[in-house]
Amino acid sequence: MINLLISGVGGQGVVLASYVLSQAAMAEGYDVKQSEVHGMSQRGGSVTSHLRFGGKVWSPLITPGTADILLSFEALEALRYVHWLRPGGLVVYNTLRVNPSPVAAGLAEYPADIDERIKAAWPRVHAVEANALAEAAGSVKSVNVVMLGAVSCTLPFAAETWETIIRRVVPPKTVDANLRAFELGKRSPVC
Amino acid sequence: MREILSGNEAIARGAWEAGVRLAAAYPGTPSTEILEAVAGYQDIYSEWSPNEKVAMEVGLGASMAGARALVCMKHVGVNVAADPLFTASYTGVKGGLVLVTADDPAMHSSQNEQDNRNYAKFAKLPLVEPADSTEAKDFLKIAFELSERFDTPVLFRTTTRIAHSKNLVELGDRPALTPITIFEKATDKYTMLPSNAIKRHPIVEQRLLDLAEYAETTLLNQVDMGDSRVGIIASGAAYQYAREAFPEASFLKLGLTYPLPAGLIADFRESVEKLYVVEELDPFLEELIELMGIRVDGGKDMLPLCGEFDPGLIARALAADDVPGVTTDLIPVPRPVDDDLPNRPPTLCPGCSHRGVFTVLKKLKVFVSGDIGCYTLGALPPFEAMNSCVCMGASISIAHGMGQVTAPPAEGAKLDLRAKSVAVIGDSTFFHSGLTPLLDIAYNGGRTLTIILDNRTTGMTGGQENPGTGKTLMGRPAPVADIPTICRGFGINRVIEIDPLDMTEVERVLREELAANEASVVIAKSPCVLEYKIKREPWFVDADLCNGCKRCLQAGCIALSLINDADGGRKVQILADQCNGCGICAQLCRFEAIVAPGTAPARGVASGSPAPPAVAPAPGDTAAGEKGAP
Repeated sequence: MINLLISGVGGQGVVLASYVLSQAAMAEGYDVKQSEVHGMSQRGGSVTSHLRFGGKVWSPLITPGTADILLSFEALEALRYVHWLRPGGLVVYNTLRVNPSPVAAGLAEYPADIDERIKAAWPRVHAVEANALAEAAGSVKSVNVVMLGAVSCTLPFAAETWETIIRRVVPPKTVDANLRAFELGKRSPVC
Repeated sequence: MREILSGNEAIARGAWEAGVRLAAAYPGTPSTEILEAVAGYQDIYSEWSPNEKVAMEVGLGASMAGARALVCMKHVGVNVAADPLFTASYTGVKGGLVLVTADDPAMHSSQNEQDNRNYAKFAKLPLVEPADSTEAKDFLKIAFELSERFDTPVLFRTTTRIAHSKNLVELGDRPALTPITIFEKATDKYTMLPSNAIKRHPIVEQRLLDLAEYAETTLLNQVDMGDSRVGIIASGAAYQYAREAFPEASFLKLGLTYPLPAGLIADFRESVEKLYVVEELDPFLEELIELMGIRVDGGKDMLPLCGEFDPGLIARALAADDVPGVTTDLIPVPRPVDDDLPNRPPTLCPGCSHRGVFTVLKKLKVFVSGDIGCYTLGALPPFEAMNSCVCMGASISIAHGMGQVTAPPAEGAKLDLRAKSVAVIGDSTFFHSGLTPLLDIAYNGGRTLTIILDNRTTGMTGGQENPGTGKTLMGRPAPVADIPTICRGFGINRVIEIDPLDMTEVERVLREELAANEASVVIAKSPCVLEYKIKREPWFVDADLCNGCKRCLQAGCIALSLINDADGGRKVQILADQCNGCGICAQLCRFEAIVAPGTAPARGVASGSPAPPAVAPAPGDTAAGEKGAP
């Protein structure tokens, strides 16, 4: 059983990334459950998605302290959920910083030392400059696919599976950019 | 063929496979995507009704005509629909009628966490609860059969974790349907005069007895014997969590949770040493089981009444009672690494037309009686410009009630705005439940100011059509309900339309209307930037003029941020990729430091300057055009 928690900011494509992962798990013959919350959180709020696959999956929710991988599309949202990992679990996060609304309103500060704090909080951390890679791939919106590429070597899915599913789920005009994004993500050496 | 479907998508698929001809709903998290998915099946007539009561009645009508009908709503929507629901219990059905109630334990996107299982007992209706998407589809089809077999509407209850979780579902086909060409009248059954209703009530009571008998043998209820030391009764998402926490225990998994199978439960009790009832929210099953005289060894004495569960919560609670066979990995409770991280609450989008209105309302210090929608975010900092919010449409009636008991200002005295209540309501909420309270104000001579934030969509739930958008759920053109004409037709004389992005105008008009000694409606009309994909040119900060006073940050916009300048001071930066050019922050600035596009000053501009790097995606604007679906 693999427990993968994805975190990010409303609008970053957390739901789409979860969809790709669940389709890949299905294609590889696993039982899969995926859960997310819609609603108020999507207005720029903190967003999480739970993905679980393996032989038989009961709960759609991961229990805090048992996630194998935390895949975070934003630095603060990585630190916020790092305690969801099991001992020995892996953080893969995008170094992007997005100010939450209390920071934008001058009511709070974004931690200036966020990368150091993440590293201090967890032994297995891998940082990805996903926005720069997405831009290099030709679409800044492909950050979520860069992150999937980055984490792909830790997951038991064949290269063809990834490609087939990415081709199927992204808008036709963005297929090439998204496949490039995935490849660039893969080159960021998590494994 | 198999597909990964959410519970909501599976319900829609189940409706199609069950031969449903009509589906009606009002959007509400976590139920909204059911009808959005149903609308993808062109052989089902589907509609967004103006509110849940109407949806319920439309469904009942279709049922009386002989069609299978699906009606969907969030938990609090059932409160709105309760009036027809309770009497539909008496009339029964012709075509199967299923009401989906989507409950929201933990209140991810709701104003309360009421447990709608109680409606089944109260309205004397059967209650079906799926535990995943597979069951959502299969059980829905059974629910339609039950409805017709027992001549009753059926309550079909999901929770957020059923509605918004996905798993693999085997797809089936839709049966061929015979067209409905004539209505068969059954006046005694459908006309609930006292003389007829009196005859229907005993039928309802007998129906419950028949259903309880059916519950003993239905495949909706399943016994799965494992370790006989531990018996767990559960349903819905709680079953999945309990199963993960105690994989070897014996389970009575209930899919029909009202009425309960007394014999089956008694037998299960006999076959296990200890019996636990694991359910979120109210002790609904536990109390019914104890009323049967069956002993329960653990239930709400061990598990919380509030919020939602997860496997770890159940593992810890039952392990504390030495229940054997726990999945030990689930027991530790890890603490957040950092307690002082800034929160990331939801927030109004950059360019949102609500922003200026709340900034002015905060300044005016009036009592803002709010309502349900994106604009409820006006309650959060930095606006803090909403002082009450109860239910759909209540903004207007609450403001009116306050206004009617407030002493009028003494002759010649200055108007104290702190003694004024103002209602703030969105367009879709106005159509849902705002019409009648506004009619009340007009009729009873109220003097309340009502602000209708008309952004031409149902924003918070993901931008659904409504009677003001000119389109239906099925994509057909529709007449546009004209709000000013409606208000004038009610007898409101002061009806003013304003541009909410012009704060000077907003403040002038609000002050004028607050001073008026009669009811008034101000319609702040500006389309939702997210749903209508409006992208205006970003504004700029003139770094030489910005003195870092932070006044513009009162706009509460994530396109603004403070940066360190070379002198060690702080200045405001506008993130060009986030800014949607509404100009509210510029109107707040006293130093003309925020500059419109195309009027860039000769001096250097601060846009795009370094540290701390902070860029973000435009809300709803993601890699594969993922649609925001709150």
